[in-house]
Amino acid sequence: MTDNNVLFEIKNLTKTFGKTQVLRGINTTIKQGEVLVIIGPSGSGKSTFLRCLNLLEEPTDGEIFFEGNKINDKSCNVNLLREKMGMVFQQFNLFPHMTVKKNIMLAPMKLLKMSEEEASEVADRLLERVGLPDKANAYPGQLSGGQKQRIAIARSLAMNPDVMLFDEPTSALDPEMVGEVLQLMKELAESGMTMAVVTHEMGFAREVASRVVFIDDGVIQEDEKPEEFFGNPKNERLKEFLSKVL
Amino acid sequence: MKEEFIQKFTQTFITDDRYKYFIDGLKITLLIAALAACIGIVIGFLIAIIKVTSERTGKLKLLNVLANIYLTVIRGTPATVQLLIMYYVIMQSSNNKILVAILTFGINSGAYVAEIVRSGISSIDRGQFEAGRSLGFTYGQTMWYIIIPQAFKNVLPALANEFITLLKETSVSGYVALNDLTRAGDLVRSRTYEAFFPLITVALIYLTLVIFLTMGVSKLERRLHTGDR
Repeated sequence: MTDNNVLFEIKNLTKTFGKTQVLRGINTTIKQGEVLVIIGPSGSGKSTFLRCLNLLEEPTDGEIFFEGNKINDKSCNVNLLREKMGMVFQQFNLFPHMTVKKNIMLAPMKLLKMSEEEASEVADRLLERVGLPDKANAYPGQLSGGQKQRIAIARSLAMNPDVMLFDEPTSALDPEMVGEVLQLMKELAESGMTMAVVTHEMGFAREVASRVVFIDDGVIQEDEKPEEFFGNPKNERLKEFLSKVL
Repeated sequence: MKEEFIQKFTQTFITDDRYKYFIDGLKITLLIAALAACIGIVIGFLIAIIKVTSERTGKLKLLNVLANIYLTVIRGTPATVQLLIMYYVIMQSSNNKILVAILTFGINSGAYVAEIVRSGISSIDRGQFEAGRSLGFTYGQTMWYIIIPQAFKNVLPALANEFITLLKETSVSGYVALNDLTRAGDLVRSRTYEAFFPLITVALIYLTLVIFLTMGVSKLERRLHTGDR
């Protein structure tokens, strides 16, 4: 790859579930340090697109390049690849049988072969960063939704990823907890983390995104900077969508 | 009446130190049940993992076929018949009856443990699996560090119940002339021509064991529920 700034390059990505074609040819790039926000109506394929990026869904056709290497290829080591991509889920998916701290320490210890002390230091630092140092020894079941999601973000950050993927991170939260998670994501973006975020939070898109894409019917209908995207939408479907959600 | 009672009691337990029959029989019953349980756990987890892996990834097809044959045969035939086949056919050359019984009941129990564990693994939310994989864990690591510990916890009560069943099932060991607890009672009965004391004693010993195990299980269940959930 010639441009070192390009982290992801997606070419003509398609995904079919049975007879349903969910993605019909996605083309885009994600540059280093960029915050790409993906919006679209439900069922449009935006989550599927995100899940293709770390191969939780296997693309049916097309190419995905990450840091210059084609990843939807048999020769690619998916596990090593995923170590460099953090993922945050709508349902948090914390490990309920471990304390918060162990949740964060597990992957660095087993995959990066960190010693217990090193991993513990990393966990403490991240707990501090997400504002929950007092929850180190709590179990996920004892946390609120917002706290769970902040821990889930910390768990992903513990692997020191090159990019963070967020799949509707605030959709399962009570309204009063959305703010704390978005605030943390905003701080993360400001620290220079490359992020791809599927969300319904238009305020976040407007304020934090470097680019916003609108996916409908399995293709990218609009791809703009947020001011242009929200201020002067061109695509008809996007105009209709925005008129409903704003 | 009272004298007859004392006489029969003495005959059953005191004469020729017959109480030792019961103690030795109990030891053998416990030994078989405990070791068979260990074998059952190992086989059960292996079979369950094979089946789940085959279901989810489409790999291990041949092993899955073998696992299905094993489950069908073991659950479709009586344990007593399995014991007889093991003793008279498969392990004909072995004189070690205890080993035969341990293997038979272990292999038998494994089939039931497998179904319990498989349902336990299936009950774990798919998101747990995806979270593990998205961090970079392999399929096997995700199973080992994330799925199995949760599944094990969920199925512990069902597993304990399976072992209570196993303990009682070992009572057919007498079919291969193994002196377990049940046969000990029967031996004493055949010496004294008195059925009441030996058989009731055997029944009470089983009952006591099961009651203790059941108490243990419900204690365990309560601990698991108050824990981290």
